[in-house]
Amino acid sequence: MNNLLRTSPQKTAGLVIGIFVLLVCIVSSIVFGVADIKWRTVVDSFTAFNGSQEHLIIRTARAPRAFIAAIAGAALAVAGALMQGITRNPLASPSLFGINAGAAFFIVAASAFFGASGLSAFATLGFIGAAFTALLVYVLGSIGKDGLTPLKVTLAGASMTAFFSSLSLGVLLTGGQTFDQVLYWFVGSVAGRDMATFNSAAPYMGAALLGSFVLARHMNLLALGEDVATGLGQKTVFVKMGAAVVIVLLAGGSVSIAGPIAFVGIIIPHVTRYLVGIDYRWTLPYCAVLGGILLLAADIGSRYIAFPKEVPVGVMTAILGVPFFVYIARQGGRAHE
Amino acid sequence: MSNWVTIRGRRLSFQVPRRTIAVLAALFLVNVIVMIACIGFGSTFISPLAVIRSLLGIGDSSNDMIIFTLRMPRVVIAVMVGSMLAVSGALLQGIVRNPLTSPDVIGISGGASLGTIVFILYFSHVSIRFMPISSIAGAFGAALLIYLFAYRGGITPLRLVLIGIGMATALTAVSYMLILTASFTPTAVAVKAFTFMTGSIYGVSWTKDVLTLLPWLVVLMPVALIYARHLNVQELGDEVAASVGSSVNAKRTMLLFVSVALAGAAVAIGGTINFIGLMAPHIARKLVGPAYGGVIPVSALIGSLVLLLSDLVARVAFIPLDIPAGVFTAAVGAPFFVYLLYRHRHS
Repeated sequence: MNNLLRTSPQKTAGLVIGIFVLLVCIVSSIVFGVADIKWRTVVDSFTAFNGSQEHLIIRTARAPRAFIAAIAGAALAVAGALMQGITRNPLASPSLFGINAGAAFFIVAASAFFGASGLSAFATLGFIGAAFTALLVYVLGSIGKDGLTPLKVTLAGASMTAFFSSLSLGVLLTGGQTFDQVLYWFVGSVAGRDMATFNSAAPYMGAALLGSFVLARHMNLLALGEDVATGLGQKTVFVKMGAAVVIVLLAGGSVSIAGPIAFVGIIIPHVTRYLVGIDYRWTLPYCAVLGGILLLAADIGSRYIAFPKEVPVGVMTAILGVPFFVYIARQGGRAHE
Repeated sequence: MSNWVTIRGRRLSFQVPRRTIAVLAALFLVNVIVMIACIGFGSTFISPLAVIRSLLGIGDSSNDMIIFTLRMPRVVIAVMVGSMLAVSGALLQGIVRNPLTSPDVIGISGGASLGTIVFILYFSHVSIRFMPISSIAGAFGAALLIYLFAYRGGITPLRLVLIGIGMATALTAVSYMLILTASFTPTAVAVKAFTFMTGSIYGVSWTKDVLTLLPWLVVLMPVALIYARHLNVQELGDEVAASVGSSVNAKRTMLLFVSVALAGAAVAIGGTINFIGLMAPHIARKLVGPAYGGVIPVSALIGSLVLLLSDLVARVAFIPLDIPAGVFTAAVGAPFFVYLLYRHRHS
């Protein structure tokens, strides 16, 4: 393997540094913005809350935003890594498979037609939408003798994305939504969320992240090929089912709190494989940490690119993601090499 | 009786299967009927007879205003944009030899819409006549980038499509960013730009839109028709095409140019309307077989029909709201795409 970090101590050290950077990013995300806030004030707002305006901004706007970015980034990256493993397709990711757009459509449509409201309903709908779309694209992409080829699945995912986002737009426009809301359900954004939003999906997503770490060992076995894994006594169906549940919780949850953010699930797994190789026991934690860092950094950047206006973070990740996409596609759609 | 009709001219002569002529005539008739229906439906219903009377110039003057200034331009634009997108898609599928591509799937429409948005935001003082040029420039920029990225000792359809899809996403994101960061953009302009990106032919007018698009249609469509025969021979493979005396690369470049220009010009007026360029050529091939001489005109009529109907539903279904027509082309087109995947499962 040609990865950067080879020995376990190196990898552990890398992970510790990663977690430290993640924390720095969370604090930076709280500190930097239209109203710059002192580091001390941030600490004070949690330890000695005094109800001042600055403390209120931190606790109701900045902190939820940072936490949501961190967990959504982590969730999308881990979901991407698992999807790439199961489908053996280096381009698999929640956004390209249309899962994000599908989950967003379910939330948008249910709130418009069935009066679904409330954050827990959004989370549930996100899960249902993600599960439905994932299944749909998987089946569509597997049609034919040659099975799940990168081309077919990408085309199926791209067409489902176009399908669901067009429908979402139709629903949003007939419902007379504001431009900000429309944009949010289209490209994804972490701005203007509150702590309740974070709390609505975070427990499921946290559980799914832990679940993915448990699955890591079995994913390693599965990566040897279905036949080998079965021969070694693995019930591959259960592993795949477990991974599917984890993916749906991660992708659906992140859409319900941050909208359909693209490309995190492609960029991070590839960076991670470059860093630590293909052992899922290392890649999944690295994905979680690096995914959080990427989305936090992109979000901080999105505040300054057109200061004082903000750009939705989904726009930033889409632009960042394309070089990776082009690189992978030029490799002929093969993984790991 | 022969199955072919031969038309001989001094410079150009060609054979057309009877079936193609019958299909073209039938589609033309359907188009006309749907156009009359489109003019009639709306917040004020006008009966088909009254529409025909107005079109002949002997109608009620109160209807004339609705018909000629509000509904007619929109119907005409639907026909123009729909047919241009369809022909662009037919050419592209022939060039790439992949039945699952279209200008919107591989990012050419995305480039065109970026070009248009740059024009709307930064060149609003320039005459709108130049807007298609900006869009076509965007479409060519995108096509060139996709080609360069996909080139690796040659072009494979697979790489081209994959990279196109990635580029489409990126170009959309860049468009959003331009809309959002242009410091002088009021929300109304942003909403307009956003609707534009889904594809809408809302509020088009004779002078502004129809006249802007017309020259491109008039120039590009005949070229597409004339060059269609080169696609037939290219379908046999580059070696065969070259050995029967076709200058493959020169013709292919020209065909690509026409396809990209058609898509770019259509996007300038209609926005990124999805899936027409994908669907129409397939329906056309089902109707008249694979020869491009028939596929191109039949695609054009089907494309116009699809957009007319989509726009009708978009306009009428949720009165008084006017939904972008692109929403409905996608609602029809995505299931169609699924069907295509299913049908090509053995290839």
